[in-house]
Amino acid sequence: MDLTIPGGPKGERVSPNRAVADPPVAERTASDPVLVVEKLTKRFGERVAFSEISFEVGQGEVFGFLGPNGAGKTTTVRTLGTLIEPTSGSATVAGVPLNLANQVAIRQRVAIMPEAPGLYLRLTVKENLEFFAGLYGVRHAEERINDALDAVNLRERASDLCGGLSKGLRQRVGLARTLLSDPTIMFLDEPTSGLDPVATLEVHNLITALRRKGITIFLTTHRLEEAEKLCDRVAILNTTLRTVGRPEDLRAQLFKKQLVLRTLTPLGDPDRLFSPIATVEEWSIDGAGAYVLTVSDPVAAAPEVTRRVVGAGADVLSISETKHSLEDVYLELVDEDVEARTT
Amino acid sequence: MMDLDFTRVRAVVRKELLDYRRKRSIVVTMMIFPIIFLIEPVVAIFVAAPVESGSALRTYVVLPLLYMLLIAVIVPSTLAAYTIVGEREQGTLEPLLTTPLSEQELILGKAAAVMIPAVAVCYGVYGLFLLAVRLFAHPAIASAVFHNGSVILAMFLFAPLVAGWAVVVGMAVSVRASEVRVAQQLGTLASLPMVGVIILLVTGVVKATFTSAVDFSVGLLAVDIAALRIVARMFNRERLVTGAKNKSS
Repeated sequence: MDLTIPGGPKGERVSPNRAVADPPVAERTASDPVLVVEKLTKRFGERVAFSEISFEVGQGEVFGFLGPNGAGKTTTVRTLGTLIEPTSGSATVAGVPLNLANQVAIRQRVAIMPEAPGLYLRLTVKENLEFFAGLYGVRHAEERINDALDAVNLRERASDLCGGLSKGLRQRVGLARTLLSDPTIMFLDEPTSGLDPVATLEVHNLITALRRKGITIFLTTHRLEEAEKLCDRVAILNTTLRTVGRPEDLRAQLFKKQLVLRTLTPLGDPDRLFSPIATVEEWSIDGAGAYVLTVSDPVAAAPEVTRRVVGAGADVLSISETKHSLEDVYLELVDEDVEARTT
Repeated sequence: MMDLDFTRVRAVVRKELLDYRRKRSIVVTMMIFPIIFLIEPVVAIFVAAPVESGSALRTYVVLPLLYMLLIAVIVPSTLAAYTIVGEREQGTLEPLLTTPLSEQELILGKAAAVMIPAVAVCYGVYGLFLLAVRLFAHPAIASAVFHNGSVILAMFLFAPLVAGWAVVVGMAVSVRASEVRVAQQLGTLASLPMVGVIILLVTGVVKATFTSAVDFSVGLLAVDIAALRIVARMFNRERLVTGAKNKSS
């Protein structure tokens, strides 16, 4: 995929919370957050869409917004995009305070791609983009449209009617549309929803390219592996904000560090072997010849455990650290909510 | 009313006209009534007796006015009723509302895009009628038609104004409706009062004089502008996007 992103900044943007797994682009420097949300609440009558949510998103950051159906993700995006008025709380979007008077100013600075791209099916790809370029007052629209089409690899389909495009291609046109106005923040609401794996990968590649260009992306998704792959930080929403942080930090906060040890035959007296090791906090049996050890430092504990078990004459088949995915974090938090509601 | 950005209004008009052109059912709907309403008065001048009484001659002058103004009401009402709820049904409203386009710009652009073809069709059909009169009508009929300047003036002034009413009423319905079909039916129904006004004019209850044409036009213009403002106020992004019936708390 050609990854020429129109209007992308040339290195002045920053990701203050960028994940270790995906190192920051060298040119980035620290800067103020572009999205600040403080105790924002939205109610529809008696129904609470989201309540007292607070978080910040740094410039150039890819921020994942996760949550089950009905958690308030889309309503949050619509509120920050000035489609819906908040009930209480405050926010600053792209440096502009969120209020009635600033609605147009905010909409000038952000781009939102809803879950369904919402294209005019009787218009061509290019005509769709020309229309939106007109609404944003884009200068040198022709050039900008061509750049956006190049970014999503659709230049050759510019004259096709949108009604004739596959769902994946329509999604790409939707993404091209968000690129037209050179937004400070791009809100992508479930951008890969309903796409096949190839189309999903293409969208992921585009988001990665946007991130490299330093464009701030607010990504709502159900797909946890997508969030883990693309996002610097994630927030988990279930009407209230359950947590915000880097995926690895969330894993560390929620789950103890554990080693899984497998031996050829069950150990005769495991407690005698494990208890003296200072880094082992507790242990349990997880089937015949399988032991789960909760440790303070897996790197220090693993060799020590192996030595003692081998020294006791047992054959070690494997020893590994338990890896928790973002999905585990998500399920842990969402399950807590379910349990809280049922008790 | 806030400042309008006419670049954005133009973008809406251009897109709407492009979209109409590509939708055959819209083109057919726009053409079918005008053709029917053109046939009757043109046939009437062909079958007219060589010498007619004054009141009979008046029919050749006023009846086309009735038909032409009916075109101005009927053609835009269905289209106007589609404007907002149609965007909503096809899922294009939300992306549109995320742009800097204001409510007023959207309403104005949509209204203009409906009015332009409707008024063009109306004028075009009336022009064809006048051409047919000039070429084929008995001189007495032609004279009655062409020497009745107040009727021709009324036609040219009233057509955009009654079309404007139909557009605004149709859009008001479209802003509140949840389905295109319901909106179109209600939009047509809501245009009926204007048909009553046209009938008063054609039947002579309101005399088609130069003064009455101008007075009536000024009144209609005021009503259209007021109605357009009311529609812009009725426009509630939140309700349109979420479908929530009551405004958020």
